[in-house]
Amino acid sequence: MPAVVRFSPNARKLAPQAGAIVPLGRGARGLRGVVVQVGAPDASGLTEALAQGELERRLLEIGFVEGAEVEILHEGMIGRDPIGVRLDDMRVALRRREADAVLVRVQGAMAEAAE
Amino acid sequence: MSLKSPEARLSVDHAEDTLSRVRPKALRVALVGNPNCGKTALFNALTGARQKVANYAGVTVERKEGLAHGPNGETLRVLDLPGTYSLRARSPDEVITRDVALGRLEGETPPDVMICVADATNLRLVLRLVLELKQIGRPMVLALNMYDIAERQGWSIDLARLSHELGMPVVTTVATRRRGMDKLLAAVESVAGAAHEVPAWCEPSAAQLRTAHGEAERIRKSCIRPPSHPDTLTGRLDSVLLHPVAGVAILLTILFLMFQAVFSWAQPPMDLIKGAFDHLSTLITQVMPDGVLRSLICDGIISGVGSVLVFVPQIMILFLFIILLEDSGYMARAAFLMDKIMGGAGLHGRAFIPLLSSFACAIPGIMGARVIDNKRDRLTTILVAPLMTCSARIPVYTLIISAFIPNRTVGGFASLQGLVMFGLYATGILSALAVGFVVRKIFWRGATEPFLMELPAYKRPDAKNVAMGVLTRGKIFVKRAGTVILAMMIVVWFLSSVPGPPPGALGPAINYSFAGMIGHGLEPLLRPIGFTWQIAVALIPGMAAREVAVAALGTVYAVSGGEGATGPLAGVLHAHWSLATALALLAWYVFAPQCAATLGVIKRETNSWLWPTVTFFYMLTLAYAAAFATFHIARAFGA
Repeated sequence: MPAVVRFSPNARKLAPQAGAIVPLGRGARGLRGVVVQVGAPDASGLTEALAQGELERRLLEIGFVEGAEVEILHEGMIGRDPIGVRLDDMRVALRRREADAVLVRVQGAMAEAAE
Repeated sequence: MSLKSPEARLSVDHAEDTLSRVRPKALRVALVGNPNCGKTALFNALTGARQKVANYAGVTVERKEGLAHGPNGETLRVLDLPGTYSLRARSPDEVITRDVALGRLEGETPPDVMICVADATNLRLVLRLVLELKQIGRPMVLALNMYDIAERQGWSIDLARLSHELGMPVVTTVATRRRGMDKLLAAVESVAGAAHEVPAWCEPSAAQLRTAHGEAERIRKSCIRPPSHPDTLTGRLDSVLLHPVAGVAILLTILFLMFQAVFSWAQPPMDLIKGAFDHLSTLITQVMPDGVLRSLICDGIISGVGSVLVFVPQIMILFLFIILLEDSGYMARAAFLMDKIMGGAGLHGRAFIPLLSSFACAIPGIMGARVIDNKRDRLTTILVAPLMTCSARIPVYTLIISAFIPNRTVGGFASLQGLVMFGLYATGILSALAVGFVVRKIFWRGATEPFLMELPAYKRPDAKNVAMGVLTRGKIFVKRAGTVILAMMIVVWFLSSVPGPPPGALGPAINYSFAGMIGHGLEPLLRPIGFTWQIAVALIPGMAAREVAVAALGTVYAVSGGEGATGPLAGVLHAHWSLATALALLAWYVFAPQCAATLGVIKRETNSWLWPTVTFFYMLTLAYAAAFATFHIARAFGA
């Protein structure tokens, strides 16, 4: 498994290469991939708000499961937050800091086009 | 005939009575399912108008129960449980769903059969919920609702196999057309006798959730084939409605329309209601002799009931919009678009609509806060809603502005009076955001609720369900708020009219009442913020509703005519008050909890006296501080 790509907090726009593993919360609109891990440890600094396991279970319950296909469809107006995500054949809205707990293996046309 | 006979009670509350007369053996059915699966529509289709909405004891969660008639004419009791993705409850609503399903809720008989309602076009998550519900061990039926849409979109579902895999009957339904209801109830009755298994549910761990998801996915892949040409309508609509610029512009347009409607469409029926009550009051004045009883009926009860009922058109129009936005699937989008802005003030994205409607009146706004699932987010919204400038403040603002602010143009284009009005509105909004921020930072620090929600597919709202929803809201308001608000109105009336003036008294009658005494008593407290004793006296009846203070000031200064005739009163005020006093009163009115009805609704909606008390004191503190600062700053500038 390739190393998780690390970013500076300001690096919002991301054009990673296919196969790279990135937190969903750091992706730009058009990012497509497959969920490889849910409840990534301390990816977001959200631990102050929710117990780590709690966020993981909530993400699982709404359908973020390893193997699910995701695509970022929409970004909010301010700070590109929250994001609207296609999750298999559903649509889910979430804030980027929660999305950071979902690791995604990048695939699809957008990543290739960005190379 | 004794009053307690069933016939007598029937006339009091038909639905309640029918429910209580059902023989205890009637089969109890509970509806569970994900949010947005058409559960409420199915509930409406099963029960028609035979429903009763109340609260579960001790919590604000709504309990909806109704009666359904089975294929052989027998009666079933149907309970509509709040939507959930999991029995691992997070919100108070979901706790109710879990506890009823598990048979743990005190005072609630456990259901005999559970109907899991599923959106047939969106089965991904509900299958895992079905597997979780199965662990409870109660007989279950799966209702694949909105089956017509699924067929139209080209979904292919192997019903026999699904039923076999899940081990329960699977029935297809179209709740909006009442299709499949008999089949569903027949299936319920067929499983009702089945022996209960021992409940084996315990809160699933993340690993168990993953396993259950895997199992649900396997069942889904083996029984369900998605359409070869997936429906793209939702995607196309979202590319416009969730667009960072166009989406926000459309949202603002919708909100503007809604605001207009609540303000202007409601006006004619409101005038009608007000006129009818005024007429009734006049009629009684003519028929009855003058006295305490007449005053109680006219000024206490009739004006009290009238001031409650006058809000009904606004509430129903507001809820018409809210239900349309909810049922079409747009509400989740509005929350998405507003989340960042509202989040900055510690509020949830969904708080936007209730707060906006509070500009018309805080009462529908506070009731509208029901769209927020999380208890803390909802409470924050309820606490700040009364700070929005409601329409009842307008008469007070208009009176004082016309009396004290010169009508001249500033900077060549803006009217000074208009600017002051705008400033008062802006102060209300900014302070609401600030209070939300403080509540979040100080009281509920670190308890940030994640913003994580499904964006459901767009659907055309069903006219019948919308109408039923709006009517239910109207009825709930009249019934619930009516009792508390009416009681408060009578208290305010009592304070303002008892005891009556001694014979030969020269001053206005209110001067001799308890309100007058309280006003005089409060005057030393209010002197530091520049209020005269006349203002202090007028503030007491002003508790009934903000605009009543205008009429009360008229009474105190013995000027004939109340709200309608601000002209002469403005002159009198100008002669009696300094500019600093007038500005301090304006500042007071931005914050002061001068509305018994709002406090009553907060009590009803939070089911506790704590929150109306908190609201009253925090607003009073802000009002006093703001008026104090305004008065002294204005005086320092020589006003």
